[in-house]
Formats: sequence, C-alpha cells, structure tokens
Amino acid sequence: MSEGLQTVSYLGATILFILSLGGLSNPETAKRGNWYGIIGMTIAVLATVFGPRVTPGGYAFIVGAMVVGGSIGLYAARIVRMTQMPELVAIMHSLVGFAACTIGFASFIDTSTVFPTAAEHTIHIMEIYIGVLIGAVTFTGSVIAFGKLSGKISGKPMLLPARHLLNLAGLLVVIYYGYVFATAGSIEAGMLPLIVMTVIALLFGIHMVMAIGGADMPVVISMLNSYSGWAAAATGFMLSNDLLIVVGALVGSSGAILSYIMCRAMNRNFLSVIAGGFGSAEGQAAKPGAAPAGEVSPISAAETAELLRESKNVIIVPGYGMAVAQAQHSVYEITKVLRDKGVNVRFGIHPVAGRMPGHMNVLLAEAKVPYDIVLEMDELNDDFPDTDVAMVIGANDIVNPSAEDDPTSPIAGMPVLEVWKAKTSIVMKRSMASGYAGVDNPLFYKENNRMLFGDAKKMLDEVLAALKV
Amino acid sequence: MPQTIGIPRETFAGEKRVATAPDIIEKLIKLGFAVTVESGAGNGASFFDDAFAKSGAKVVGSAADVWSTSDIIFKVRAPDLSEVALMKAGQTLISFIWPAQNPDLMKALADKKVTVLAMDAVPRLLSRAQKMDALTSMASISGYRAVIEAANAFGRYFNGQITAAGKILPAKVFVAGAGVAGLAAIGTSVGLGAIVRANDTRAEVADQVKSMGAEFVKVDYEEEGSGGGGYAKVMSEGFQKAQREMYAKQAKDVDIIITTALIPGKPAPKLITAEMVESMKPGSVIVDMAGEQGGNCELTEPGKAVVKHGVTIIGYTDLASRLAKQSSTLYATNQLRLTEELCKAKDGQIVVNMEDDAIRGFTVIKDGKITWPAPPLKLPAPPAPKAVGAPVPVKEKSAFAKVISVLTMPVIALALFALIGLYAPTAFLGHFTVFVLAVFVGYMVVWNVTPALHTPLMSVTNAISSIITIGALIQIAPPLAEGLTRPDELIRWIAIVGIALTSINMFGGFAVTRRMLMMFNK
Repeated sequence: MSEGLQTVSYLGATILFILSLGGLSNPETAKRGNWYGIIGMTIAVLATVFGPRVTPGGYAFIVGAMVVGGSIGLYAARIVRMTQMPELVAIMHSLVGFAACTIGFASFIDTSTVFPTAAEHTIHIMEIYIGVLIGAVTFTGSVIAFGKLSGKISGKPMLLPARHLLNLAGLLVVIYYGYVFATAGSIEAGMLPLIVMTVIALLFGIHMVMAIGGADMPVVISMLNSYSGWAAAATGFMLSNDLLIVVGALVGSSGAILSYIMCRAMNRNFLSVIAGGFGSAEGQAAKPGAAPAGEVSPISAAETAELLRESKNVIIVPGYGMAVAQAQHSVYEITKVLRDKGVNVRFGIHPVAGRMPGHMNVLLAEAKVPYDIVLEMDELNDDFPDTDVAMVIGANDIVNPSAEDDPTSPIAGMPVLEVWKAKTSIVMKRSMASGYAGVDNPLFYKENNRMLFGDAKKMLDEVLAALKV
Repeated sequence: MPQTIGIPRETFAGEKRVATAPDIIEKLIKLGFAVTVESGAGNGASFFDDAFAKSGAKVVGSAADVWSTSDIIFKVRAPDLSEVALMKAGQTLISFIWPAQNPDLMKALADKKVTVLAMDAVPRLLSRAQKMDALTSMASISGYRAVIEAANAFGRYFNGQITAAGKILPAKVFVAGAGVAGLAAIGTSVGLGAIVRANDTRAEVADQVKSMGAEFVKVDYEEEGSGGGGYAKVMSEGFQKAQREMYAKQAKDVDIIITTALIPGKPAPKLITAEMVESMKPGSVIVDMAGEQGGNCELTEPGKAVVKHGVTIIGYTDLASRLAKQSSTLYATNQLRLTEELCKAKDGQIVVNMEDDAIRGFTVIKDGKITWPAPPLKLPAPPAPKAVGAPVPVKEKSAFAKVISVLTMPVIALALFALIGLYAPTAFLGHFTVFVLAVFVGYMVVWNVTPALHTPLMSVTNAISSIITIGALIQIAPPLAEGLTRPDELIRWIAIVGIALTSINMFGGFAVTRRMLMMFNK
C-alpha cells in the first residue's frame, strides 16, 4: 500500500470516528455510531499494517498480539456486569496510558529514526517526554480509580500533609529533568531523566486519585478519559501521525467536556476536585451545628406499595445505592406494574448519580426500562410539585435540600432533584448514614418524607409483591 | 417469664374505644409480652373476641380476671375508683390520667403502690416522643369528626356547584384554634369543598393554616399568644376585645363554626357569645370541641347537640370515641410505641428508666410515689430563626479587574500561538493545526451527545483511543534505511506488549459499547 493510499485511508478513518461520536447524540443512531467506530478502527489498523512502515516480517507478531489482547477484551466485555462499567472503563484507560509509555520508550531507544534538523530532533524528544508523562499519570491514576471503584481501595480521600507542595516539587523536578533530557546528547544520557520523570509521573497519578473522594469519581473517570486521549495525541505528535493526533484530540476534548458537565452538576470547580479531599477540605467541613433536627418517619414496604398504587404521578430517583444492590430489575418490575395500572412513572437522573457519567441510564437500560421515561434533572425538576410520590433509591447528596437552603453547606449551590416538593417522598436507604459528601440530609426529617430502611433490592421486591396482590 | 399486658373493657358510659387492636396485639407478642383481653372489650370498635384470639391474645370473661392476672394494664380512659380497687401492688397502668384534674384518683393509685404512665403526659415537644403522643392522634380524629358532625347537622352542601337548576354557593367554615384538632378540621372541611377560615392566637401557625388551604384571619391587635410548649396562653383584655369583634364579624358571615380553643389547666375561653349565635344565619352549625372544659360557646351544653336561635350547637365530648375503630387503632399504636421505648431489649419486660427524658415525662406515679409533674425538659434552645442568608459577600470586582480577567485567557492563547509560530518548525505546525482543529471538532460533536449516553460515549472513546496501537504497529518491523541499526528485539517485544494491551481496549471497548447500546430500547 502506498503512502498516499494510507493517508487517504487515515482520512476515511478520521471521518468515521467523528461520525461515531456524533451518532451518540441519540439512542436511535448510537448503534450505527458504534459500527462507524469499528469500521474506522479496522481501516486504520489495516492501512497501517499493510502500509509502508510495516514490513511483512512483523505480521506474525502483530496477529499474535492482537489475538491475545482481543480475546481478553472480548471476554471482559462479555462478562462485565453493567454495575461494574466504571471499573471496566477505568482499567481500560490505564491500558491506554501504559501503551503510551511503552511506545514512548520504544521510540526513544529507536536509533533508526533520523531528523534533518536539530530543532526537529529536540521537538521529537520533547514529544516523547510529554507523551510518557501523560501516559504514566493516566496509567497509575486509572489503576487507583479502578481500585477505588471496585472497593479494593477505600473510597475515602487520602490526604497527605503538604500534598500541594509535594505535587509542586514533583512538577519542578519534572521540568528540570525535561531540560536535562532535551539537551542530553545520547540515549544513555537521556535514559536517567526519562526514568526519573516516569517514576514521578506514576507517583503523581497515584497521589492525585488517592486524594479524591468517592463522590467525585464521575469527574475523575471523565478526566482520565480525557488524559488517555491527550496521551494518544502526544504519541501522534511524537510519531508525526495525524490520525493519532486527531483521534487523541477528539477523545481528549470529549473527556474534558464530560468532566466539565460533571463539575457543573456538582457546582464544583474542576481545580478544586483535582485538589481533592471533598467533604474534608479545609474551611468547608460540614459543621456539626447544622445537623437537622426532627423525627424521621419510617414506612413499610406494604405502605409504600399502597402509596404508589394510589398515585397518578411517580418519579423515581436512582443513585449509586441502586447499583450496589443490583436493584434495577426490581425497579423495572415495579415500573411495569404501575404503568399497567395507568400510573405515570418517570425516572429522574442527576448527572452525577452513580460513579460515572450516564451510569444510571445504562443500568436502567439493562433492566429494559424504556429510555423515553428516563429523564434528565433539568427536564423534570419543575414537575415535582405535581408528583404524588417521589421515590429515592440509594441516592443521598443529589436530593439534599441543603444544597439550596443552606449557604454554608459544603454542597451549597449544587443543583439537586427537588424531591421534597412532591406530595410524599420515600427514601430507600440502608441506614441513616450520610452520603459520600459526608453531609447530613435534612430531607430525611421533612414532614412529607418517609424512610424505607433496608437493602434496596429486598425492599423493592417486597414492594413489588405487595403491589401485585 | 414474660409480663402480661391486660386490656379491660372501658367502663365509662358511652366510651366505645378500646386500648388495643388485633394488629397491635401481634406486635406486642413479638416484643415478648403475653396479652389478655376482656371479652367484649373491642365490641364498640368492631374488634371482636375471635379477632383478638386469632392474633394471639387470651380472651377472659371478666374485668376482674384481667386486672388480677396482668402485670401491665392498657386503658383509654382513666380508671374509676372501683377499677383502682382491683389493682395490686407492682402493677403498671398505662392510660389517660389527667393528674391535674384528678388529684383523688392520683392519691388512690399511689396508695395501691402501682406505677402509672399517663398518655396525656407524654412530652410532646420531644420529637422522639411524638410517635407516642395519643393527644395528637385523638385530637386529629376529633377534628375530623367535628366536621362530619357539622356536615350532618348542616342542611346544605359544603362545596359550591353549578347545576342545571342553578348555582350553589360553597359553605363557609370558620375554625377557631388551629392546634392539631383545628388543623384536622380545616383539612377535612377543605376536602369537602368549603371555604375555610381559621384563627389562632399563636401567630406562628398562620403558615400551617395556609398550607392546609384555608385563609388565616388575623386579630387586629399586636400580641404574641404562644404560652410555651406549643399551647396557647390567656390573652390581654385589649386583645380579647379585638378578638371578640373579629369573631362577631365572622359569625355573621359563616355557616359553620368549629371551636377548638383550649388553655391548659384553665376553663375554655368563651369565644362565642349568645349574641353572636343569635346573629348567625338560621341553619348554621357550631361544633364546640372544648365542651369538656366548659365550651368555647356560651350556649354549649356539654355532651349534647342543641338548637338555639335556629343554630345547632354540638357540644359532644366523645368525638374521638365516635370513630371508635380508627381511634382505637391509633391509640393502641401510640401505646405500642411507648411500650417499645419501655422494652428496648424486646424481652417482654418493661423497664421504667427515669433517666430517659421521655419516660420520665409520662411517668406520673412510680411504685406508689407520685412523680408528677416531671421537671421541665431541658430542651435544646428552640432553633433561633436561622440567620437567613447571611449572604456570603460576593467580592465585587473592579471594572479594571474584570477587563483583566476577561482578557487573560485570549492574551495567553495569543502569546502561545505566537511563540509556536515563531519557533516551531513547519512540520510541527502542520500537526499542530490538525490538533487544534480536531479539538474543536470534538468539542462541537460531544456537546450533542445526550447525557443518557455518557457511559457509552466513554466506552466508545475509550475504544477509539486504542488507535494509539498504530504507534506500536509501526515500531514492530519498520523498513530500515540503509546503514541504520536499532535494538530490534527489545523494541519488538515492547511493541508487542503495547499492541496486546491496546487490543484489549479496542475489541473490549467496542464490544461492551455494543452490548450497552443494544439495551437502550423505547
């Protein structure tokens, strides 16, 4: 395959990737979008393999590596539970980061590339340096995020003393070694700075994500998504490959937009999320004096069923607790029974419900909930006053009225689902513990609120049984 | 040995309530107690002996059997002296007592060396105690029943209608006193479709009145009427005059008056005078819920319904008992909650722990010693009206600072672009152009993605970021230019690892995205 044909193939692949992302604008076209992505990827890989830069001697290795990796990937995709999607995505980000590192190192020790001018050589060297840096941060950051999401590492923010100073010191060392690296005359001389920088970047990735609390996970996941894109773009610069640059930039900006949307949904500044320590940050720690007083009124599953049966409008607000309890199927069964009775049941999804953007939508889709009754917060927040029952399943901070009422609350200003405006709200919860943000929730003490204590799945099954009789 | 809870039949003439319900008996047995019920105790409330027996209670023939075999007695009304005579030392009685009004009864009970827990002495302000507050649940039922009685005696519809035969005006209801009973009466009247107005000397209930759908009528006089503990106090002469004028005005206008005004330990205030009754439209109804304390209306005859000046004046003192099944169930539930507080171990033994604020509050006699009245509760100071807003001062930026902050980003961007343009080689600039354009394309495309598909978006971007595999592919076996060497083996293996890892992403990412998208159905 000639160089020209390869370039044209790459162009076609680029367009297909853009179409692929564009297809996700609604569920109808999304399936097609995924196929565009697959076709684009196939074209890109084939054009590369049969292109001028790969000699037939490499084919066997390529096929072998792809078969091994591909089988692992397909297997993982088949067995992963929808509740584990955040973990899967996190671990996959780490692979991209790791690959960026290996490609950077391999490119550095590759003596067969020559550059006509010294400036171009320096730029190439710096591209390697930056590519490896981003790749390494993405790698360890994603591994830690995976650990936190799968519960292997505590979800609490780990805050080292003087952590900002540590990061700053790391950054200075990285910049200094970057200079040393750029001016090093030989591969041997450049190896040490490159390795030192890689180690610092790896540690920084660990440190950064360790300091971020569980509630901020949607931001972290989308941020790492963005980083993996930037890593690919940096690799593209390093290899002078426009396809890599374009795809990396697409992925990078997509992740950045998601991070921005998540931050806005929590009324938080991106930098303050990265700085870490939500719920324990200095100066905004939840003050104990603000603990809401009052009585919580428990309700039984049978009474819940009674309330639901007699309502006309029901809004269900799911949260991470629903995912943990694997309760989405029971939720759907209840929805079905109620809809058959003519009750208007809808779902209200907060942008940061769950542990990754859109997590709840996927879970509800898995349970076969029709997507046209699953609405975004902005679409139905005004409807709560006309709602008879708002049922909150395993969510806490996203329905906390103090975000609106209490300017001193750590979550003040965060847009929340106003379930308390419904005639009755029912909160399903395991216990009275506070949410990830560590903020007590005055909703539980409101007069029109009822608490349904217990495991979400078990309680919902009881509600369902009571509804069916 | 589990303690036995005994429920005798209420002996007070006309009392239809009973201090239990079959459901409650089951729950008491779950707490570890044995339950004995006097035969026929629940007849007035439509709970019959077989229902009690079915839920696990022992049904015995006579009151004496219940009193003699039980460790704990549940009752509604305070016992009369003949019932007290049946008690034995060490027994516990849980019922309404009204210690202030019944000093003789208190003395008789103390002499019997028993423990008495008064349902009327539950500290209502303690939020934990609200579930045991039978006064509230009974008052709420009475308020409902008062409206039903009024509707029964009233010769017209409550709601307004436009019929073929003409227009019917809605009834106007005035509720005096917006306590629990008053609010229940307001809610019921509103539910029936009447126009409802209400008044209370405590200004803070105005919002509650409005939230029930009624209009709050103010007395044109400034004075705070809250006497502490959620009760009202006696008002000044000036206020009372203004209040009388307001009532006189309302009496002429409305069809139904429901009065619920009570002041603890005092006779009920006379709000409705004989002249006011006379000024009302014929056929109007007054329900005086304060009948037991002498009535809010001068013409009320406690316990009876009378017609005076063409106005039906209902002074029933047993409104709650007229809804016997409902009130028995709620009362028994209150008692169950109270028992749960006394029996935290769920072992069928009650413990009267005088250290507990709530229990101390309603224990009026402990082992023959009168402990009433309880010392005032050390309640946390009532929540001072929140320093609303204490608006976080927004730092007002100067115009100059604003200009700076608006300009910073573009200036930095321009400087960066200028630097790159000046120093970077042309080959790099080509890539850079592609990069910047691609970022913008990504920005435009991704904003269109519906939030519901954010997770598939992440997994598909994740899959396509495995395009990085191209980097590894071209490292595995490139055509080498003449005279150049490289550490071939090492690079090849690194590249193989890279390809394998990115393949996981590539195949796994697309496959899982597809799996997810297949699930999205209308």
